[in-house]
Amino acid sequence: MSAMTRPVLNKKQVEMNYLLHEAPREKHFITGAQAMSEAVKRANVDMAIAYPITPQSEVMHLVGDVFAQGHIKEYYRAEEELGTMSAIAGASRAGVRLFTATSGPGLIRGLEAIASWPGHRVPAVLGILTRVINAPLSIQPDNLEMAYMLYSGAVMLHAENQQDTFDFTLAAFAIAEKVDVYIPVAVATEGFFVTHAKGYVNMMSEDLVYKEFDPVASPVPAMDNETPPARIQRDAPVQKSNFMSYLIHSVWQQEIWDSNSRAMKYIYEYLGGPIEVQNPGSDIMILASGCAAAQAREAHRYAQEEGLSVGFVKVKAIRPFPKNEIREALKSAKKVIVPEHNIVGWLCTEVKAAIPNGGIVLEGPRVFGGMTLPVELIMFEIYEALGIEHNIKL
Amino acid sequence: MAEKKRYNIRISGLGGQGVVTTAHILGSCLDNAGNYASLVPFFGSEKRMAPVEAYVRASTEPIYEVGEVIYPDIIMIYHSQVVTHGKSYTMPFYTGLKPNALIIINTDFDVLTEDDTKVLEDLNATVVQFDATKLAMKIAGTELATNMAMMGMVLGLTKLVNTAHIEAAVRERFLGNSFVASGGTAALDSAIEKKFKKKEQLLEANMNVINETFKMADTIDITGSELIVRLKV
Repeated sequence: MSAMTRPVLNKKQVEMNYLLHEAPREKHFITGAQAMSEAVKRANVDMAIAYPITPQSEVMHLVGDVFAQGHIKEYYRAEEELGTMSAIAGASRAGVRLFTATSGPGLIRGLEAIASWPGHRVPAVLGILTRVINAPLSIQPDNLEMAYMLYSGAVMLHAENQQDTFDFTLAAFAIAEKVDVYIPVAVATEGFFVTHAKGYVNMMSEDLVYKEFDPVASPVPAMDNETPPARIQRDAPVQKSNFMSYLIHSVWQQEIWDSNSRAMKYIYEYLGGPIEVQNPGSDIMILASGCAAAQAREAHRYAQEEGLSVGFVKVKAIRPFPKNEIREALKSAKKVIVPEHNIVGWLCTEVKAAIPNGGIVLEGPRVFGGMTLPVELIMFEIYEALGIEHNIKL
Repeated sequence: MAEKKRYNIRISGLGGQGVVTTAHILGSCLDNAGNYASLVPFFGSEKRMAPVEAYVRASTEPIYEVGEVIYPDIIMIYHSQVVTHGKSYTMPFYTGLKPNALIIINTDFDVLTEDDTKVLEDLNATVVQFDATKLAMKIAGTELATNMAMMGMVLGLTKLVNTAHIEAAVRERFLGNSFVASGGTAALDSAIEKKFKKKEQLLEANMNVINETFKMADTIDITGSELIVRLKV
């Protein structure tokens, strides 16, 4: 479709704070994939590039519709994920706002390029709609791929439900583009459980959009004929001397992780903080992220109804990891239950390392291969931890 | 709805029967009725006659939980092969069933084995059997309306919503006037308008099937001690 025939939309540009916190919202009953594409619609995205993979394909199909309706200027299907993620880096040098998404094996295929985004200062937003990555083939939601992202340098948010998917995706664009951050933000949520499932999402009017990307305000100037390409690729540090290579790379790595930490204040500003806590000070704390937090929230409600000393912590930001906040939330816990949708327990490992008394953190419960995490499984752990008799048969 | 806080519905059928479509419509019906709903479709390999499952949760309060319904209190079986050929995500199809549950099966013969019957009797379940496909053929002239007959029966028996809520949801699904309010959909709208007459007829046929199942549901008592209630089409 040529730019000539595409509809021209007249939308009001606003600040992210107004969009997220002040603009009136209406309730819709939609899928997580719809929620993500509706966020992209309101984010004033210049360009989207993707290669389809289930369950991401639902999101990028809808983003294609959003493009056709005129909300995005450019959109194309790349050759595969390494090409997609490399193209995102290239497009970013032209000074535009970018969105892409992938799932499981697609993320792993694109990881070489993704891991280079922070170093290249690419402020793109990456949707991760989780899917099993290892053999035998499956398309179901297992979030093991997020473990591979933990040390990429990107900011990582983990959405619990359709509403989070909408809000986090919108906020991600503002966080990524802050001058003192300027690295990619990944917004992960579980495939199928969120992407293909319907839930309630409060959304502002689509006549409002986030203010357009300003390449002049960017800390990395956009390339054009007046600002020729930076010499970093042609004159790579490694070609100068080994000493310069070490020096430049070490300084740059520190800067990337400092940028990652500096994202925290914007996570407070836009998302009300990196964690949500209910009933702090309880004997048992259930701590979870993403979809597992939805199951944990339900278990927490059952536990309240039964009058048990159980609290709930939802971790919204995986990177920067909210060590201090988690330490505070768990300071009087006797046991911590960490339900997860993967076999390795990457969140459990992070939590254990974040608190001085890691021994109180239980290994699990975990489901993997994309299985559902029954609330009963969490209740079982609660009863066992409290030493209460129960009749849950698993 | 007032007497029960939460319904967990598991729908098992075969690819092409409209299992996922009905889950979407069922979710919208419950939403229209002012209740909280959530739905999850699961369709492993997307081909005709392959097992397909979808899950709908309905409640008077917000629902946080996601994923498959592992402990259902309503099971809907769209095809006898789900039971006889094990074409479900769990074996047997009633795995995890809660006590006093309702099972609706589309079949023209008794599909339950003696063992099944024993387990279901112990759980005080009620099984409503009827030939939904035959009813769809008879009323709508197409077996594609089987899913409407199944949905009509579960709503007719549970009285979770009324037919106005259902009509709004069916209309939303087939006439697509739900939530797509952007300028660029103008082209799509005009395409739909051309098909409008046909779509209105489709809607009417679907509603006729649903109304018929509501009438059938009123003729039976599912609170009795009998395990299987057979409805004639």
